[in-house]
Amino acid sequence: MRQFVRIASWVYALAVYGFIFLPVVVLVLFSLQSTSFPIPPFTGPSLRWYDAVLSDARLTSALVNSLMVAVLSSATAVTLGFLSAWGFARFVLPGSGLLRGLITLPLTVSYLIIGMGLLVLFNWAGVPKSLLAAGIGHVVINLPLCFAIIYSQMGDHQINIERAARDLGAPEWKVLLLITVPVMAPAIFAGFFLSMTFSWDEFVISFLLTRFDTTLPVEIWNLLRSGLNPKTNAVGSLVFAVSIVLVVLFELTLLRRKPA
Amino acid sequence: MSSAGNNGRALPRAGRALPWALVTPALGWTLLFFVLPFIAMGFSSLTAHEGGGFTLSNYSQFFTNPSYWQAMVNSLQVTAIVTVVSVLLAYPFAWILAEQVPERGQRLALMLAVLPFWTSYVVRSYSWLLVLAQNGVINRVLTGSGLITEPLQLANTRLATVTGFVHFFVMLLTLTIFANLKQLSPSYRKAAADLGAGPVRTFLHVILPLTLPGIMVGAFLTFVLCIGDYITPQILGGNNELLMPQLVMMQIGRRGDFPLASALSIILMAVVTIAYLACARWLKIERT
Repeated sequence: MRQFVRIASWVYALAVYGFIFLPVVVLVLFSLQSTSFPIPPFTGPSLRWYDAVLSDARLTSALVNSLMVAVLSSATAVTLGFLSAWGFARFVLPGSGLLRGLITLPLTVSYLIIGMGLLVLFNWAGVPKSLLAAGIGHVVINLPLCFAIIYSQMGDHQINIERAARDLGAPEWKVLLLITVPVMAPAIFAGFFLSMTFSWDEFVISFLLTRFDTTLPVEIWNLLRSGLNPKTNAVGSLVFAVSIVLVVLFELTLLRRKPA
Repeated sequence: MSSAGNNGRALPRAGRALPWALVTPALGWTLLFFVLPFIAMGFSSLTAHEGGGFTLSNYSQFFTNPSYWQAMVNSLQVTAIVTVVSVLLAYPFAWILAEQVPERGQRLALMLAVLPFWTSYVVRSYSWLLVLAQNGVINRVLTGSGLITEPLQLANTRLATVTGFVHFFVMLLTLTIFANLKQLSPSYRKAAADLGAGPVRTFLHVILPLTLPGIMVGAFLTFVLCIGDYITPQILGGNNELLMPQLVMMQIGRRGDFPLASALSIILMAVVTIAYLACARWLKIERT
């Protein structure tokens, strides 16, 4: 019986892994295709489609746009998230439970609806579609994440260090910059890298709020109209690689916390 | 975490303005770019597409136009199927990772299981197209081995949409259920065994009820993310049957009808809220 459970478990786990990895393996494999269709039989290996991606001005500028929006919106989200987390963790504010709820509320609403709302608002206010508009949307979705991560890492030992600094005469801004920020650095970076992965991958908000200059997921979407194409596989594999790097950075920063 | 809120006296020299200066930017951003857009959308949903003026016609259209109604029915059906299938697939998998894989390998096994999570969402749906297309991997394998002579219509069907969604949510649910299983103290199992329960009874009467909250949280997440998603049904399902997000995008893209799109979005949100209230009992997510 026990033996049977073991074997059945192995078979089941392998089947699920197979299911989970199937599309990714197919994606990467056929990005190395040497002929024009990303379907069997495999004719590669060849790097010509990666070459095609990197020499495609639309794709490379979309890639730069994506990185720019991801870095700037994540920096904004993590700054706002950090300041508010510090404020809520260190001071008694009237209605602070409710206000914290308000900050985390966007987590419960789908990106489509957040994008729609901004589109309607910007349309009324006469704000043109742009990378800036999309970036604002990215801050809306990432601010709650950054806030939640940093707020959950604000512990008692930091309070004591801050108090010691104040007793020694440090003004508030010095406490913040020289004590709290360095102590909280792992959580701040974790929030930043996690935001980066979400912003880097975000599609619907960018699709709704940009027009001429746009981000990589939107440009990939446009590529899909031309049907199955190994170039799409190549750019998809590159996006995957960048995401993995960001996730590893997130893991490393968050896991290195807690010295004691 | 527990320190939050009870250290107001820690700052003797700080004025009352400082805490508000810290939290106002984040609150302001949320009010300006999340709450205000929502109000704008509410107003927009009550105006007529042509000529303005207040009207309820955008909402009444939803209830009277059978094709809009059908989109909601399709969305609910697909979401229900995806949620059930994902839970059924993920639970045994999470259990195997938690119970059968040796402790040392668990972290790696879990990381592998969620690795594809980090492929671009658009790209992930597209890669399923490579697998399911007319001349894609599955059809090539099946025709090549002589099992079928004509390729199957797999892409542009509800099956394709469900497959793409399940792929995503199996990873998500595996994470939540795994975390839940690991939190269970092994003494429950021992106690059940001491009291004479076999493995099956232990599972049905002890483990399963104790992990139900985790399952419900995961299922709720699946519901919310699935019913609001545009990409997967658009890429994999094609336009054979529309789901709600596709209908919303269509109003914007093809017709520029913001009021109707707003009304449909609000209806979609109302459905999510109802789902939240329905499982609120299990969803007391700790606000740390």
